[in-house]
Amino acid sequence: MKAKVYVKLKNGVLDPQGQTILSSMQRMGYDFASDVRMGKFFEIEVKDDSCKADLEKIAQSMLANPIIEEYSIEFGE
Amino acid sequence: MKAGVVVFPGSNCDHDCYHALKHVTGAETVFLWHKDTDLQGVDLVVFPGGFSYGDYLRCGAIAKFSPIVNEVIKFANNGGHVLGICNGFQVLTESGLLPGALMKNRGLKFLCKYVNLRVDNTDTPFTNMYAAGEVVRIPIAHMEGNYYIDADGLKSLEDNNQVVFRYCDHNGTAEDDSNPNGAVGNIAGIINEKGNVLGMMPHPERCAESVMETRDGYFMFESVAKFIGGCR
Repeated sequence: MKAKVYVKLKNGVLDPQGQTILSSMQRMGYDFASDVRMGKFFEIEVKDDSCKADLEKIAQSMLANPIIEEYSIEFGE
Repeated sequence: MKAGVVVFPGSNCDHDCYHALKHVTGAETVFLWHKDTDLQGVDLVVFPGGFSYGDYLRCGAIAKFSPIVNEVIKFANNGGHVLGICNGFQVLTESGLLPGALMKNRGLKFLCKYVNLRVDNTDTPFTNMYAAGEVVRIPIAHMEGNYYIDADGLKSLEDNNQVVFRYCDHNGTAEDDSNPNGAVGNIAGIINEKGNVLGMMPHPERCAESVMETRDGYFMFESVAKFIGGCR
Protein backbone atom coordinates (compact mmCIF):
# COMPACT_ATOMS: atom_id res chain seq x y z
CA MET A 1 0.00 0.00 0.00
CA LYS A 2 0.97 3.62 -0.19
CA ALA A 3 1.53 6.19 2.51
CA LYS A 4 0.71 9.64 1.20
CA VAL A 5 2.25 12.64 2.89
CA TYR A 6 1.01 16.11 1.98
CA VAL A 7 3.08 19.14 2.94
CA LYS A 8 1.81 22.69 2.57
CA LEU A 9 2.78 26.12 3.78
CA LYS A 10 0.97 27.14 6.94
CA ASN A 11 -1.89 29.57 6.52
CA GLY A 12 -0.56 33.08 6.89
CA VAL A 13 2.84 32.28 5.38
CA LEU A 14 3.13 34.09 2.05
CA ASP A 15 3.22 31.72 -0.93
CA PRO A 16 4.52 33.70 -3.93
CA GLN A 17 4.47 30.61 -6.17
CA GLY A 18 0.79 30.01 -5.38
CA GLN A 19 0.09 33.69 -6.07
CA THR A 20 1.85 33.48 -9.44
CA ILE A 21 -0.16 30.38 -10.41
CA LEU A 22 -3.37 32.14 -9.37
CA SER A 23 -2.64 35.24 -11.44
CA SER A 24 -1.71 33.06 -14.42
CA MET A 25 -5.06 31.25 -14.12
CA GLN A 26 -6.83 34.59 -14.00
CA ARG A 27 -4.92 35.80 -17.06
CA MET A 28 -6.13 32.68 -18.89
CA GLY A 29 -9.68 33.80 -18.15
CA TYR A 30 -10.48 31.37 -15.32
CA ASP A 31 -11.96 33.49 -12.58
CA PHE A 32 -13.46 30.80 -10.33
CA ALA A 33 -10.40 30.57 -8.05
CA SER A 34 -9.69 33.07 -5.29
CA ASP A 35 -6.49 31.57 -3.86
CA VAL A 36 -3.83 28.96 -4.65
CA ARG A 37 -1.52 27.37 -2.09
CA MET A 38 1.27 25.20 -3.45
CA GLY A 39 2.71 22.23 -1.59
CA LYS A 40 4.54 18.93 -1.88
CA PHE A 41 3.21 15.40 -2.12
CA PHE A 42 5.16 12.25 -1.18
CA GLU A 43 4.03 8.76 -2.15
CA ILE A 44 5.80 6.15 -0.05
CA GLU A 45 5.50 2.43 -0.75
CA VAL A 46 4.87 0.57 2.55
CA LYS A 47 3.72 -2.89 3.69
CA ASP A 48 0.94 -1.70 6.00
CA ASP A 49 -0.02 1.25 8.16
CA SER A 50 1.97 0.14 11.23
CA CYS A 51 4.65 2.69 10.27
CA LYS A 52 2.31 5.61 11.05
CA ALA A 53 4.21 6.73 14.18
CA ASP A 54 7.58 6.56 12.43
CA LEU A 55 6.19 8.41 9.42
CA GLU A 56 4.98 11.16 11.73
CA LYS A 57 8.54 11.53 13.02
CA ILE A 58 9.95 11.63 9.48
CA ALA A 59 7.35 14.16 8.34
CA GLN A 60 8.01 16.33 11.36
CA SER A 61 11.80 16.23 11.17
CA MET A 62 12.48 15.96 7.45
CA LEU A 63 9.63 16.13 4.93
CA ALA A 64 8.16 19.30 6.44
CA ASN A 65 9.75 22.25 8.20
CA PRO A 66 7.27 22.84 11.06
CA ILE A 67 8.24 26.51 11.27
CA ILE A 68 6.65 27.26 7.92
CA GLU A 69 4.85 24.09 6.85
CA GLU A 70 2.20 21.64 8.02
CA TYR A 71 1.66 18.07 6.90
CA SER A 72 -0.93 15.33 6.82
CA ILE A 73 -0.57 11.59 6.30
CA GLU A 74 -3.02 9.14 4.80
CA PHE A 75 -2.82 5.52 3.67
CA GLY A 76 -4.32 4.14 0.48
CA GLU A 77 -3.72 2.33 -2.79
CA MET B 1 42.33 30.46 15.60
CA LYS B 2 41.94 27.24 13.68
CA ALA B 3 39.01 27.27 11.24
CA GLY B 4 37.19 24.45 9.49
CA VAL B 5 35.15 24.86 6.31
CA VAL B 6 32.52 22.15 5.87
CA VAL B 7 32.28 20.59 2.41
CA PHE B 8 28.92 19.08 1.48
CA PRO B 9 28.24 17.56 -1.92
CA GLY B 10 27.08 20.68 -3.78
CA SER B 11 28.92 23.28 -1.68
CA ASN B 12 30.43 25.82 -4.06
CA CYS B 13 31.72 28.65 -1.84
CA ASP B 14 33.89 26.37 0.28
CA HIS B 15 37.13 27.35 -1.49
CA ASP B 16 36.26 31.07 -1.30
CA CYS B 17 35.77 30.75 2.47
CA TYR B 18 38.98 28.72 2.78
CA HIS B 19 40.87 31.42 0.84
CA ALA B 20 39.41 34.29 2.89
CA LEU B 21 40.27 32.53 6.15
CA LYS B 22 43.65 31.05 5.30
CA HIS B 23 45.25 33.46 2.86
CA VAL B 24 43.56 36.75 3.64
CA THR B 25 42.98 36.44 7.39
CA GLY B 26 45.99 34.21 8.06
CA ALA B 27 44.17 31.58 10.09
CA GLU B 28 45.08 27.90 10.05
CA THR B 29 42.22 26.44 8.01
CA VAL B 30 41.10 22.93 7.09
CA PHE B 31 38.26 21.45 5.07
CA LEU B 32 35.78 19.25 6.96
CA TRP B 33 34.13 16.54 4.83
CA HIS B 34 30.40 16.04 5.40
CA LYS B 35 30.85 12.34 6.23
CA ASP B 36 33.51 13.04 8.86
CA THR B 37 32.78 13.19 12.58
CA ASP B 38 36.15 14.67 13.62
CA LEU B 39 36.21 18.45 13.83
CA GLN B 40 40.03 18.36 13.99
CA GLY B 41 40.17 20.70 16.96
CA VAL B 42 38.89 23.77 15.12
CA ASP B 43 37.72 26.89 16.97
CA LEU B 44 35.45 28.07 14.18
CA VAL B 45 33.24 26.06 11.83
CA VAL B 46 32.03 27.68 8.61
CA PHE B 47 29.07 26.30 6.66
CA PRO B 48 29.67 27.74 3.19
CA GLY B 49 27.26 28.69 0.43
CA GLY B 50 26.19 26.45 -2.40
CA PHE B 51 23.59 23.76 -2.94
CA SER B 52 24.21 21.11 -0.30
CA TYR B 53 22.72 17.79 -1.45
CA GLY B 54 21.36 19.58 -4.51
CA ASP B 55 18.99 21.65 -2.37
CA TYR B 56 16.69 18.62 -2.61
CA LEU B 57 13.50 18.73 -0.51
CA ARG B 58 14.35 22.16 0.99
CA CYS B 59 17.63 24.06 1.12
CA GLY B 60 19.66 22.61 3.98
CA ALA B 61 17.04 19.97 4.84
CA ILE B 62 19.19 16.94 3.96
CA ALA B 63 22.45 18.47 5.18
CA LYS B 64 21.15 18.61 8.73
CA PHE B 65 21.23 14.81 8.90
CA SER B 66 24.87 14.52 7.79
CA PRO B 67 27.46 13.16 10.27
CA ILE B 68 29.41 16.43 10.38
CA VAL B 69 26.37 18.57 11.19
CA ASN B 70 25.56 16.30 14.10
CA GLU B 71 29.04 17.04 15.49
CA VAL B 72 28.75 20.76 14.77
CA ILE B 73 25.48 20.88 16.74
CA LYS B 74 27.31 19.44 19.77
CA PHE B 75 30.25 21.81 19.14
CA ALA B 76 27.89 24.82 19.04
CA ASN B 77 26.02 23.69 22.15
CA ASN B 78 29.37 23.62 23.93
CA GLY B 79 30.04 27.22 22.92
CA GLY B 80 32.02 26.63 19.70
CA HIS B 81 31.82 29.36 17.07
CA VAL B 82 29.84 28.68 13.91
CA LEU B 83 29.32 30.92 10.88
CA GLY B 84 26.77 29.97 8.22
CA ILE B 85 26.77 31.85 4.95
CA CYS B 86 23.88 31.62 2.46
CA ASN B 87 23.24 27.86 2.12
CA GLY B 88 25.12 27.63 5.42
CA PHE B 89 22.51 29.92 7.02
CA GLN B 90 19.81 27.60 5.64
CA VAL B 91 21.60 24.61 7.21
CA LEU B 92 21.68 26.45 10.55
CA THR B 93 17.95 27.19 10.55
CA GLU B 94 17.04 23.70 9.32
CA SER B 95 19.18 22.08 12.00
CA GLY B 96 17.64 24.24 14.71
CA LEU B 97 20.86 26.08 15.65
CA LEU B 98 19.15 29.32 14.61
CA PRO B 99 15.44 30.18 14.79
CA GLY B 100 13.23 30.85 11.76
CA ALA B 101 13.36 29.58 8.19
CA LEU B 102 14.52 30.75 4.76
CA MET B 103 11.88 30.72 2.07
CA LYS B 104 11.84 31.40 -1.67
CA ASN B 105 12.48 35.06 -2.54
CA ARG B 106 9.17 36.91 -2.84
CA GLY B 107 10.04 37.89 -6.45
CA LEU B 108 10.74 34.21 -7.29
CA LYS B 109 14.04 35.18 -8.89
CA PHE B 110 17.61 34.21 -8.10
CA LEU B 111 19.29 37.42 -6.90
CA CYS B 112 22.99 37.99 -7.48
CA LYS B 113 24.10 41.53 -6.65
CA TYR B 114 25.71 43.81 -4.11
CA VAL B 115 23.36 45.02 -1.36
CA ASN B 116 23.65 47.54 1.44
CA LEU B 117 23.55 46.10 4.94
CA ARG B 118 23.22 47.90 8.22
CA VAL B 119 25.23 46.36 11.05
CA ASP B 120 22.75 46.39 13.93
CA ASN B 121 24.78 44.40 16.44
CA THR B 122 28.53 44.90 16.77
CA ASP B 123 28.69 43.19 20.13
CA THR B 124 29.30 39.75 18.59
CA PRO B 125 32.48 37.74 17.97
CA PHE B 126 31.83 38.12 14.23
CA THR B 127 31.13 41.86 13.94
CA ASN B 128 33.22 43.57 16.61
CA MET B 129 35.28 45.44 13.99
CA TYR B 130 32.30 47.27 12.50
CA ALA B 131 30.79 50.46 13.87
CA ALA B 132 27.23 50.27 15.21
CA GLY B 133 24.78 51.28 12.47
CA GLU B 134 27.52 51.21 9.83
CA VAL B 135 26.34 50.55 6.27
CA VAL B 136 28.43 47.93 4.48
CA ARG B 137 28.19 46.55 0.95
CA ILE B 138 28.32 42.76 0.64
CA PRO B 139 26.94 40.70 -2.27
CA ILE B 140 24.02 38.28 -2.11
CA ALA B 141 23.48 35.29 -4.40
CA HIS B 142 20.41 33.28 -3.53
CA MET B 143 16.95 32.05 -4.50
CA GLU B 144 15.80 31.21 -0.96
CA GLY B 145 16.85 34.09 1.27
CA ASN B 146 13.47 35.31 2.40
CA TYR B 147 13.86 35.03 6.16
CA TYR B 148 10.67 34.09 7.98
CA ILE B 149 9.90 33.95 11.67
CA ASP B 150 6.54 34.36 13.42
CA ALA B 151 5.66 37.53 15.35
CA ASP B 152 6.66 36.11 18.74
CA GLY B 153 9.95 34.86 17.35
CA LEU B 154 10.67 38.24 15.77
CA LYS B 155 9.96 40.03 19.02
CA SER B 156 12.32 37.73 20.86
CA LEU B 157 15.06 38.31 18.24
CA GLU B 158 14.61 42.08 18.56
CA ASP B 159 14.42 42.02 22.36
CA ASN B 160 17.66 40.04 22.61
CA ASN B 161 19.44 42.13 19.97
CA GLN B 162 19.94 39.03 17.80
CA VAL B 163 19.43 40.79 14.46
CA VAL B 164 22.96 41.45 13.21
CA PHE B 165 22.44 42.61 9.59
CA ARG B 166 19.49 44.26 7.86
CA TYR B 167 19.05 45.09 4.18
CA CYS B 168 18.94 48.88 3.89
CA ASP B 169 19.47 51.80 1.54
CA HIS B 170 22.78 53.70 1.35
CA ASN B 171 21.70 55.86 4.29
CA GLY B 172 21.04 52.86 6.49
CA THR B 173 17.24 53.06 6.32
CA ALA B 174 15.80 49.55 6.37
CA GLU B 175 12.47 49.75 4.54
CA ASP B 176 10.61 47.65 2.03
CA ASP B 177 12.25 49.44 -0.94
CA SER B 178 15.63 48.11 0.12
CA ASN B 179 14.39 44.59 0.90
CA PRO B 180 15.58 42.34 -1.96
CA ASN B 181 13.81 39.11 -1.03
CA GLY B 182 10.90 39.84 1.30
CA ALA B 183 12.69 38.92 4.53
CA VAL B 184 10.78 39.75 7.73
CA GLY B 185 12.09 43.02 9.18
CA ASN B 186 14.65 43.26 6.32
CA ILE B 187 16.68 40.64 8.21
CA ALA B 188 19.84 39.52 6.41
CA GLY B 189 21.68 37.93 9.32
CA ILE B 190 21.04 36.81 12.90
CA ILE B 191 22.95 35.38 15.82
CA ASN B 192 21.77 32.85 18.41
CA GLU B 193 20.95 33.93 21.94
CA LYS B 194 24.26 32.64 23.31
CA GLY B 195 26.14 34.68 20.71
CA ASN B 196 28.31 31.94 19.17
CA VAL B 197 26.32 30.97 16.03
CA LEU B 198 25.75 33.51 13.25
CA GLY B 199 23.87 32.97 10.00
CA MET B 200 23.65 35.41 7.10
CA MET B 201 22.52 35.37 3.48
CA PRO B 202 25.16 37.81 2.09
CA HIS B 203 28.63 36.50 1.20
CA PRO B 204 31.44 38.22 3.15
CA GLU B 205 34.00 35.81 1.63
CA ARG B 206 33.26 37.31 -1.79
CA CYS B 207 34.42 40.77 -0.75
CA ALA B 208 37.34 40.18 1.58
CA GLU B 209 40.15 41.69 -0.49
CA SER B 210 40.89 45.06 -2.07
CA VAL B 211 40.75 43.58 -5.60
CA MET B 212 37.01 43.16 -5.06
CA GLU B 213 34.41 45.92 -5.32
CA THR B 214 34.46 46.27 -1.53
CA ARG B 215 36.54 44.78 1.29
CA ASP B 216 33.64 45.02 3.75
CA GLY B 217 33.36 41.26 4.24
CA TYR B 218 36.94 40.90 5.43
CA PHE B 219 36.18 42.45 8.80
CA MET B 220 33.90 39.55 9.74
CA PHE B 221 36.80 37.10 9.45
CA GLU B 222 39.14 39.55 11.12
CA SER B 223 36.61 40.08 13.95
CA VAL B 224 36.27 36.39 14.75
CA ALA B 225 40.02 35.79 14.35
CA LYS B 226 40.72 38.58 16.79
CA PHE B 227 38.02 37.36 19.17
CA ILE B 228 39.37 33.81 19.24
CA GLY B 229 43.00 34.91 18.89
CA GLY B 230 46.15 33.24 17.67
CA CYS B 231 46.35 34.60 14.10
CA ARG B 232 49.00 36.80 12.57
